[in-house]
Amino acid sequence: MPIATHLHADAMLARPVGRIDHANAAAFEATLRPLIEGAIERRGALVLDFSSVEYISSVGLRVLMIAAKQLRARDTQLLVCALKSVVAEIFAISRFDRILTVTATPDDALALCSPAALAAYRSAAA
Amino acid sequence: MMRVRFWGTRGSLPVALTAAGVRQKVHAALDAARGRKLASESDVRQLIASLPFATVGTYGGNTSCVQLETDSFDSFICDMGSGLRPLGQAAMAQRSGTAQTFHIFMSHLHWDHIMGLPFFVPAFIPGNRVIIYGGHGDLESALRRQQEAPSFPVDFATIFGAKMEFVQLEPGERYDIGGVAVTAMLQRHGGDSYGYRFESGGKVVVYSTDSEHPLDQPEHTARFVEFFRDADLVIFDAMYSLADAVSIKADWGHSSNIVGVELCQMAHARRLCLFHHEPVFDDAAIDAVLAETRRLELITRGSAAPLHISAAYDGLEIGL
Repeated sequence: MPIATHLHADAMLARPVGRIDHANAAAFEATLRPLIEGAIERRGALVLDFSSVEYISSVGLRVLMIAAKQLRARDTQLLVCALKSVVAEIFAISRFDRILTVTATPDDALALCSPAALAAYRSAAA
Repeated sequence: MMRVRFWGTRGSLPVALTAAGVRQKVHAALDAARGRKLASESDVRQLIASLPFATVGTYGGNTSCVQLETDSFDSFICDMGSGLRPLGQAAMAQRSGTAQTFHIFMSHLHWDHIMGLPFFVPAFIPGNRVIIYGGHGDLESALRRQQEAPSFPVDFATIFGAKMEFVQLEPGERYDIGGVAVTAMLQRHGGDSYGYRFESGGKVVVYSTDSEHPLDQPEHTARFVEFFRDADLVIFDAMYSLADAVSIKADWGHSSNIVGVELCQMAHARRLCLFHHEPVFDDAAIDAVLAETRRLELITRGSAAPLHISAAYDGLEIGL
């Protein structure tokens, strides 16, 4: 699964695209693996910008939960931001909004990562 | 023809509506009645019809027990939770004096699924036949042990005057039992559990409770999609939220509403009935889960046919 990435200081912002369902959750998991390893190495956060994700199934949510657990165990974190309304409803119904850190925008997410990450993001966005 | 009657729908252990719970319902009903004209019986009936189920009803508290009525005179039952007691009383009232045969299909032998047997009055009556089916090798010994001291005052041989029989089923085999085609499916649960697919008169009912679905195993998903394929009704263990089922309650052997919707959508099932409700949930909480599950189905349906979703309650009947 193609995923655009951009490093903002210590935080990696990654933007998956399309549907994350039973058919491609394994590919999504494989795509995330090096991003998780990178986040652990630099002790920085991984932020998933979901603004281009149309749908996520239970299998995709499980991938997020595993990623969050792996990062939390190594003193860093996974954040998910900018959910489309359908995906936001799926997060609420599944209660994943209670076990993952979800923010409205990438700006909000990077603000939770580090001042350097937020500054780098804002400067890149300017 | 198939008609499904729910006698016990709660997971893990029986619960009862409390005095505080009743008071809350009365309060909610009176709130809803404020400002309405209640001069006639018809006004009152209209008000009652307008109230949500959590106010006018209750999901009930008996543990798993579901009856399938088919064209056969025999009774088909899934699990012997505490709901088996009222089922037995109804069977006695309806067919008292006539010898009856009960085919009972056991998901597994955990306490909440067997606790109704010592109170199943038709099994006390000579002339009746109770045939208990399951996938577990220790089916008979587990049910005999439940009757032993100090757990129960009357032992198996003394209490059961009916002819009691035990049949171990092979998962995946299609059996003809009293004119109904029955296929068992091995499920993931502590000590194993079995789901059942019943086919009769062109209708298909799947009973699949106490079943966890590992999301990282596509072959597992494919097996269950095939088991649910084109079912008219899938009775599904939706005890936990997906978040709980894959995190703090992973490996507890239960599933979620989300996985129920996804499997039914993939299998092109027509109805999904949420079952084995979490015992800590009150009626409002189960109502909320039902509303959310219907919403999930709607926003993920795409161009597929609608999946009708209900939440089982003690006393619910679904005609197919």
